Amino acid sequence: MSQSSFTISQRRLQLRETLHLLWTTAPGALWIIIFLVLPSLYLVSMAFMTNGTYGQPGMPLTLDSFRQLAGFGFLGWSPGNIYTLLRSLWQTLVATGLVVILSYPLAYYITTCRVSLRPIMLLAVVLPSWTNQVIRAFGWMNLLAPETPLSNFAQWMGWIPPHLGLFPSNFAVTIGLVYNFLPFMILPLYSAFEKLDVHLVEAARDLYASPVKAFWTAVFPQTLPGLLAGVVLVAVPAFGMYVVPELLGGGRSTMIGNLVATQFTGASNWPYGAAGALLMLVATLVGIFLLRRLGKRVGGGEEVVI
Amino acid sequence: MTQTLATERTASPTTSKQEQELATGAPAREASSITLEGVKKFFNRHDIALDGVDLTIRPGEFFTLLGPSGCGKTTLLRILAGLDTANSGVVKIGGKDVTEIPSHKRSINTVFQSYALFPHLNVEDNIAFGLKMQGVAKAERDRRVRDMAEFIQLSPLLGRRIEQLSGGQRQRIALARALVCEPDVLLLDEPLSALDAGLRGQLQVELQRIQRRLGMTFVFVTHDQQEAMVMSDRIAVLNAGKIQQLSTPREIFERPTNTFVARFMGHTNLFDITSRQANKLETPLGILEVETQTQGNKVLIRPETIEIGPDAAQYANQFTALVKEHFYRGSFIEYRLQIGEVSLVALSSNQGQKLYNVGEQVLISVCPEDIVTVASED
Repeated sequence: MSQSSFTISQRRLQLRETLHLLWTTAPGALWIIIFLVLPSLYLVSMAFMTNGTYGQPGMPLTLDSFRQLAGFGFLGWSPGNIYTLLRSLWQTLVATGLVVILSYPLAYYITTCRVSLRPIMLLAVVLPSWTNQVIRAFGWMNLLAPETPLSNFAQWMGWIPPHLGLFPSNFAVTIGLVYNFLPFMILPLYSAFEKLDVHLVEAARDLYASPVKAFWTAVFPQTLPGLLAGVVLVAVPAFGMYVVPELLGGGRSTMIGNLVATQFTGASNWPYGAAGALLMLVATLVGIFLLRRLGKRVGGGEEVVI
Repeated sequence: MTQTLATERTASPTTSKQEQELATGAPAREASSITLEGVKKFFNRHDIALDGVDLTIRPGEFFTLLGPSGCGKTTLLRILAGLDTANSGVVKIGGKDVTEIPSHKRSINTVFQSYALFPHLNVEDNIAFGLKMQGVAKAERDRRVRDMAEFIQLSPLLGRRIEQLSGGQRQRIALARALVCEPDVLLLDEPLSALDAGLRGQLQVELQRIQRRLGMTFVFVTHDQQEAMVMSDRIAVLNAGKIQQLSTPREIFERPTNTFVARFMGHTNLFDITSRQANKLETPLGILEVETQTQGNKVLIRPETIEIGPDAAQYANQFTALVKEHFYRGSFIEYRLQIGEVSLVALSSNQGQKLYNVGEQVLISVCPEDIVTVASED
């Protein structure tokens, strides 16, 4: 008797839990479906549509947008889009690399500081990102413009031709990206350093690892999850960046984000823009996939969750 | 000497010393001694970890540093390993001054309390780590790792990840990782403290066997006096950064030199000496006849040396005591006794004799040679 009543109450409990789960996850799930899944599907389908005479996407389904994206236009093939894509990849790579080089020692340094000091230092890292991106980009424009101390110095060193500034240029875009995304690398690295197991470092030293080898065998693997998380947080939005190349690139150093934006605004070719956005999405997913593979290999089969 | 051993280690790829040891059961090399001279370590003016430690550990000895937490035993171990440096004093290993030599250049390996196994490496790579860092060729490395895995009976686990292992297995991997490097000295920092009692007892015996077999110098740190007594050739009892007593387990248990050591070894029957004659000491308990006495101003009666019941009539130092409490502990019975105003604990081994009830008056006695005089702490 007690057996059956037990199973009944058990089943009722399960039902209640399921209902409870549905209720609590429903708003989030709806939000994601309405504002992410459906628009994404619309975007994907739009990439295969024909651009109407007045710039409205319509039937029939075609691969024209992708052909355009690959560089085939009314005047034959041009490598402009390929260059833009390669430039985007290159800028992302360089900016992410620089961010890693700057963040790694800085994040470590913050963990060695007094506990009371650390929140202040982290605040200093995060604070600039509370300002609007556009305003910060304008700030860099002023710093890098011709006849400014930095530009004059670069001229004096012979890095740039006379009477030109460091802005607008690819270099200015790189600087803008690095500056923009630095906090997104420092924060995950900081938390990785904060829970670093010092005993592992001591064990490595005890087992005949020189300080340099101890770093690569005991410190680096422990910070790898934080580092990879930071790489994703930096590289993904950097790849699709619009404001920085728009303002600091001066129209010459555009990235794929600008290409997409132009199609949706001035050029009024939504299917073309959608195809570009799709390309960005695919490139990003491939990048994340490769990073995960790398993380698994370097992390010794350990799942590095990104 | 350490030098020649080091070259020999890399130059003999055909038969590893471990194999010889496994085959013959005899140590294939001479173990190293350790000498500490006036080693001091302080973290700041009020936090003195080691207050001038002089110590000689003999080659091939199972030596234990015993003391409560914060006594400086782990600091001492870390100084031996080269993970901490002493503020003053000299550390010699195998007669060679290593005070200034960094950790990775000392032929010493440590089994850490937390094991400190590398979570991103599997068991095999963990064990091979030290050999890899020393630049041992892959073929020899693989062979030595396999031999070691066989030696500690964990061969089937070589491909496993660390997180898949139990505490006892991790402990053995940590031991294997250190032993495979064939160091001059092996340091063990409370390696058994995280294990449950049964496994712990088993590993105590196993560790001792391994040490005897390899003839390696082991320096073991623990706060557990039972563990120290079971395993060690000699024990140094530490408190407040100073060595309180350094001797064999038996000597330390039966003849503690001061009240700290006596209490730490679990003795509670300590009484003030109010006045003394040649072979008689006056204590709150009464007059005690003793065989030998030192300058110490306290007297220790170990609970298990107290004779209770009719047999007590044969010996000197007889008293009539009142049974206040008794606890049946299986192999022995613990009595809480009272003589006048003084309480006393007695342990009577259980041989099926009559048990005394609370409120009973019993005759007790203590042999004069079992009574020890000890010094008060400072």
